[in-house]
Amino acid sequence: MTATLEVCDLKTHFFTRAGVVKAVDGVSFTVGRGKVLGLVGESGSGKSVTGFSIIGLVDPPGRVVGGQILFQGRDLAKISEEEMRQLRGNRIAMIFQDPMMTLNPVLRVDTQMIETVLAHEKVDRESARQRARDALGMVGIPSPEERLKSYPHQFSGGMRQRVAIAIALLHRPELIIADEPTTALDVTIQGQILAEVQKLAANTGTSLIWITHDLSVVAGLADDIAVMYAGRIVEEGQVSNVLDAPLHPYTVGLIGSVPSRNKRGEPLRQIPGMTPSLLNLPAGCAFRSRCARADEVCLKEPALFDLRPGQRARCFHPHLEEVAA
Amino acid sequence: MTVYLLRRLLQSLLVLVAMSVIVFVGVYAVGDPVEILISPDADQFERERAIRALGLDLPLWQQYLVFVKNALQGDLGRSFVFSEPALQLILQKMPATMELAFGAMFISILIGLPLGLYAGLKPESPGAKVIMAGSILGFSLPTFWVGLMLIMVFAVQLGWLPSTGRGETLYGWSFLTANGLSHLLLPAINLALFKISLVIRLTRSGVRETMLMDYVKFARAKGLSPARVTYVHVFKNILIPVVTVVGLELGSTIAFSVVTESVFAWPGMGKLIIDSINVLDRPVIVAYLLIIVLMFIVINLVVDILYSVLDPRVRLEGQA
Amino acid sequence: MSDVTLDKAPVAPREETPFRRFVSEFMSSKIAVGGLLVFLVIVVVALLAPWIAPQNPYDLGQIDIMDGRLEPGEVGASGITHWLGTDDQGRDMLSGIMYGLRISLTVGAGSALIACLVGASLGLLAAYAGGRTDTVIMRLVDLQLSFPTILAALMILAFLGKGIMNVVIALVIVEWAYYARTVRGSALVERRREYIEAAQCLALPTRRILFRHLLPNCLPPLIVVGTIQVARAIALEATLSFLGLGVPITEPSLGLLIANGYEYMLSGKYWISFYPGVALLVTIVSINLMGDHLRDVLNPRLKK
Ligand SMILES: Nc1ncnc2c1ncn2[C@@H]1O[C@H](COP(=O)(O)OP(=O)(O)OP(=O)(O)O)[C@@H](O)[C@H]1O
Ligand code: SF4
Ligand SMILES: [Mg+2]
Repeated sequence: MTATLEVCDLKTHFFTRAGVVKAVDGVSFTVGRGKVLGLVGESGSGKSVTGFSIIGLVDPPGRVVGGQILFQGRDLAKISEEEMRQLRGNRIAMIFQDPMMTLNPVLRVDTQMIETVLAHEKVDRESARQRARDALGMVGIPSPEERLKSYPHQFSGGMRQRVAIAIALLHRPELIIADEPTTALDVTIQGQILAEVQKLAANTGTSLIWITHDLSVVAGLADDIAVMYAGRIVEEGQVSNVLDAPLHPYTVGLIGSVPSRNKRGEPLRQIPGMTPSLLNLPAGCAFRSRCARADEVCLKEPALFDLRPGQRARCFHPHLEEVAA
Repeated sequence: MTVYLLRRLLQSLLVLVAMSVIVFVGVYAVGDPVEILISPDADQFERERAIRALGLDLPLWQQYLVFVKNALQGDLGRSFVFSEPALQLILQKMPATMELAFGAMFISILIGLPLGLYAGLKPESPGAKVIMAGSILGFSLPTFWVGLMLIMVFAVQLGWLPSTGRGETLYGWSFLTANGLSHLLLPAINLALFKISLVIRLTRSGVRETMLMDYVKFARAKGLSPARVTYVHVFKNILIPVVTVVGLELGSTIAFSVVTESVFAWPGMGKLIIDSINVLDRPVIVAYLLIIVLMFIVINLVVDILYSVLDPRVRLEGQA
Repeated sequence: MSDVTLDKAPVAPREETPFRRFVSEFMSSKIAVGGLLVFLVIVVVALLAPWIAPQNPYDLGQIDIMDGRLEPGEVGASGITHWLGTDDQGRDMLSGIMYGLRISLTVGAGSALIACLVGASLGLLAAYAGGRTDTVIMRLVDLQLSFPTILAALMILAFLGKGIMNVVIALVIVEWAYYARTVRGSALVERRREYIEAAQCLALPTRRILFRHLLPNCLPPLIVVGTIQVARAIALEATLSFLGLGVPITEPSLGLLIANGYEYMLSGKYWISFYPGVALLVTIVSINLMGDHLRDVLNPRLKK
């Protein structure tokens, strides 16, 4: 059967006054039914823009300029805005990074939930309300009936993110794009929410794209992982393979900078340098200026090489020799 | 909270005292109080009596106390022209001015909000550019000249609307009768002109800011229709600040009605004060100034208190 | 942009001074340059009025009451064509407007200049002295700004009476606070800069610190506020004169000319009010267009 989502060579560019920012430049990946894909990479690598491209919410001056976004076989890049609207929040849902900002401060929670139900289904208000209440209960909000009448500012950050998740679940979508949904929350609440989302995905067969820069989250949650750097995927594969035996120097650096994966006493390794400006990115490997293994070969553009079964990396000198610690 | 309120009240009182001193000094020290307060038509005997009655032979600070004492009893002198208590005269004219001011504020929201919304939603469109250029004009055009032009076009050339007066009133209000309403329309539009520009700018920048908010994007991600996103999610957020600002402008609208009332011969407080200044009816001038100052202080106070109730940060600051 | 310089040889790179950059940035907006040109024309017309006006409207020998309320384009008894008509006294409106501009501009610019001097000095003093001086001055500023200008001006003129000097005084009193607030704001920022501290260490006299170091840095915002305030002063003077509280009949500004035509407007003789109003409008709008763009050019926050 077809995968839930198949992204091929997606290109999303921002046409700014200073020049064209190639925020996403030829990204491809597949998310199978009921699978969780972890999309990682440092700030500015194009993770959010990828998510917004899928759901059709790239704001000007940005535009999807190329590629296919096949959702259950249908190319989202080609359908009309109205058809896209009917999918949004219905078959594909998105959860944003900052729970404090995702709910409208001047509208009550019930308004914001019921309108989502009514946007896609012709039901009466009472049953829409019923659905909203059930969804709140499902994400573990106590006494949902009363909470429906509250305004967002009467909720804590964790509670607000639960509300956002409940809204995403209202129509039991086939795909949820979660853009760093737990980054703004403290660790215990992160854990709770992760567990719940995992349970929900397993129970409903929903596919998930989990955007994060926190590798430890991905380790526990995702089936597959895609590492982004400067608008491209530099390594992808099954979570266990990639995290245990990373191939791309950038992935190696990323894993090295996670405290829990280091041996005690060993200093944390930082990736030197900064994300390059996406304006006028020089030809060749984008990681070159920060890479210890770079040489003249890297002045050419590396392709995504199949290096091991189920693991690919965009590098001329991958870490093939090392064995995982 | 109580402490904050008390302190705020005390501040207002101080401003009021300061302003009364300024007005007092303006009347008694800069000009010749005899000339200012006693009708020029009075004969010698009347003058003498009035000087003693007003305590003009006393030292200045005592005179001020007498002035304050009278003012507190609602006695701000009698108009030379109408020989009526000045205060009463002004209060009689107040409804006309209030009607005009509220009419103007209503119109400014009615016209300014949709235009600002459009300019904010489609900032690059030609329509938006025209609206914004128009709002610059609205800020720069002198109110009185626009008033004249309105009269010229709508009253003289087209003959659609009357140019002067309040028309028929019901219970003292023009807007309750069709005739009165037609009289109200031009002056209210004239007075609203500046505020329309203000509302357009506020709305536009509010829309543009709000459109960038995550919750608007989230609303779109929920699959809501563009109309619902705009008119519920964006609009509701900007409505509160815009209406608040317009409310804050009540004082300045009343002040600027002086000009509009003169142009359209609208019989309100503003026209009264200009007429009084022109015939040197000084007790009325003094009374008007004190009432306006009081009004301003009350408006500012109410707004401050409202803010402190609504915004927790202000409240904390007051307690600290 | 680039196609404008097509036929010119590339200009030799000159030293980029802040002033040159300012000029070239200002020139980048056609609207602002248009405003500047229109304003310059108005100033020249006002300056040259006695020589270029068809008539001296205040020379009773030149006007004929029989020419009263002629329509635009009619020829009067003296053989002059009155392109903009005549007023009730038979004065040529075009000449009246040229002379009126002189008074409007003088009062507007004069009061703005005095207000700027007073306000800037007080603002600098507040920023530099700090403490109680600062508090007192800023309280006054707040008080002044919380009352609408028209009301304050009205109040002052009610006490002082009519007259050009009194109008100027009133305008200065209602406007100084804008300058004071602006200068204090930017002076406070500049004050913290190191070079001020350095200057203080060298024990330079206060006056020198104020005028050599602080003032030049406060200048850009002051120019912006000043431009807009000139327009506001002209508008306010016109309003006051229209209300009969401003300039005396012997020195009619545009506002008074408009007021004179008011009663004739209802009988369809629009030109007596209309054309002075257009002159007033063009003056104010041209200044505001410059001011709007100046704010963009001089506002450091908008610069990238
Ligand atoms: N509106 C915009 N205009 C111009 N460039 C933009 C715009 N939005 C995003 N970009 C560019 O796209 C790139 C990718 O941004 P994106 O938000 O996808 O990063 P991210 O990987 O989600 O980072 P983070 O972890 O900080 O959320 C950034 O480098 C940014 O410069
Ligand atoms: S291609 Fe070269 S520069 Fe790029 S990551 Fe691999 S080794 Fe480093
Ligand atoms: Mg992001």
